[in-house]
Amino acid sequence: MPEVSETPLPGVGVRHEFVTADGERVAVVTHRTGRREIATYDRADRDACTTVLHLSPDDTRTLAELLGASPVSEAVSAVQQRLEGLAIDWVTVPTGSRCVGTTIADGAFRTRTGASIVAVVRGGVTLPAPGPDHGFEAGDVVVAVGTTEGLAQLRDLLVS
Amino acid sequence: MLATAGPEAARAFIEIGAVALVLAALAGVAGRLGVTTIPFYLLAGLAVGKGGVAPLDVSADFIGLVAEIGVLLLLFTLGLEYTADELRHGLRTGLVPGATDAAVNFTPGFLAGLLLGWDVTAAVLLGGVCWVSSSGIVAKVLSDLGRLANRETPSILNLLVSEDLAMAVYLPIAAALVAGRGVGETVTTVAVALGAVTVILVGALRFGGQLSALLQRGSDEALLLTVFGLTLLVGGLAQELEVSAAIGAFLVGLALSGPVQARAANLVGPLRDLFAAVFFLFFSFQIRPGDLFGALAPGAALAVVAAVGKLLTGWVAAGRAGVGRAGRLRAGGVLIARGEFSIVIASLGAGLADGQDLGAVAAAFVLLTAIAGPLAARAMDSIPSTR
Repeated sequence: MPEVSETPLPGVGVRHEFVTADGERVAVVTHRTGRREIATYDRADRDACTTVLHLSPDDTRTLAELLGASPVSEAVSAVQQRLEGLAIDWVTVPTGSRCVGTTIADGAFRTRTGASIVAVVRGGVTLPAPGPDHGFEAGDVVVAVGTTEGLAQLRDLLVS
Repeated sequence: MLATAGPEAARAFIEIGAVALVLAALAGVAGRLGVTTIPFYLLAGLAVGKGGVAPLDVSADFIGLVAEIGVLLLLFTLGLEYTADELRHGLRTGLVPGATDAAVNFTPGFLAGLLLGWDVTAAVLLGGVCWVSSSGIVAKVLSDLGRLANRETPSILNLLVSEDLAMAVYLPIAAALVAGRGVGETVTTVAVALGAVTVILVGALRFGGQLSALLQRGSDEALLLTVFGLTLLVGGLAQELEVSAAIGAFLVGLALSGPVQARAANLVGPLRDLFAAVFFLFFSFQIRPGDLFGALAPGAALAVVAAVGKLLTGWVAAGRAGVGRAGRLRAGGVLIARGEFSIVIASLGAGLADGQDLGAVAAAFVLLTAIAGPLAARAMDSIPSTR
């Protein structure tokens, strides 16, 4: 990863900057409002930025998704590339599930289904690689990788 | 009460409504042209004021009070603009550019005041008018010209922070001078004011978080009323101490930080726009068009000197950040515009013997720099770089 430098912009927000592998400097200005601007710098005048892309908070999420920047999709695509034949599934733990209040270790999911829980998304926050003592809450979104059959079994266990 | 308000109120409503609609149209034009509304409001005030084309009947006392609230809200939001971290950073790093800024921009205004034969107090106020860039215009121009990611931009914004901090010191001094008693009493007032400013500033930097957390809990409505109440209350108390209400409001803004800062800015913003429009209108409302005409020559001369001053300031400030020639000129160009702060400073001196002249010169000066500043900033884009 290239080094990212951060410069505060008083009254406006913050500017992050890095140099790409090709030697181009890229800046992202994050406004206090959540709006973002992406800029690259002029070759002749290194102090001036030339092209600027304006993004609303929603646009930023879309672009980040397209660039594969969200940690979960990044991890998943890495796993998928390495292991052909494996699938990924997202399971929401319902309110009435028997798993609510129990941990990953309690369920012994990998032993029983062969599928691995790679992340849990709770309230918009992603917990990558949760430990065996991670306890489930209703509404948790469980991200798991395994064979198709294994995932189906895991789904049954989580929702019942 | 409404039923008994009578024909006087009816007349006032009609006049206020008509003026508001004119201001709305002007704000629309300003928006389309991409320039600030301040010069337009000043011109509108001239038209409805003494000797203007459509003088108003509404009592000057009423407009005056609304305008005063406008100043308080304006200064509150100016104080609100920066977070505690940004102020702390500004205190640490803004010294050299800030001092250059003060030296090359305050001095010409001060000397111009003396040259015009005014007393020292009025000259000090003109120095202040000449000194401070309009953070509103600067931020807008930077954003409009797509320069926020430019390398000179942090030094420009940091300079605005140090000007803000400098105002926390300058305004009490100016207010004490205007109150104008004996030397001893003036020194006491200044000392009290600066002491209060220091206490509030240090308190804000250290405990602003707690205050903000306390305010953050309530609803939007509660927050709006709290902030409005605090601003007027502290402003009023400051006025009682003869420290000038404007500083009190400014310090309340400085003291708020964190998430509540953004919320307060959003909530007070529309209210500020409404009251501040009346303030700008009222400011030039008191100026006779003939006076403004006479002030155009000194105002223009001062504007030229002040433009050079800001170019120098920008050159120094951006140079310290290792920015090249073109960027240093761009930084100076964008700083030329003066605006809200200058008018607030000039309005402090309304009651002085030279108050009329000061108001007229300040209005001419702000009209010219607020219009020419953004144009100059734009023109700097065509400067070829040598690096």
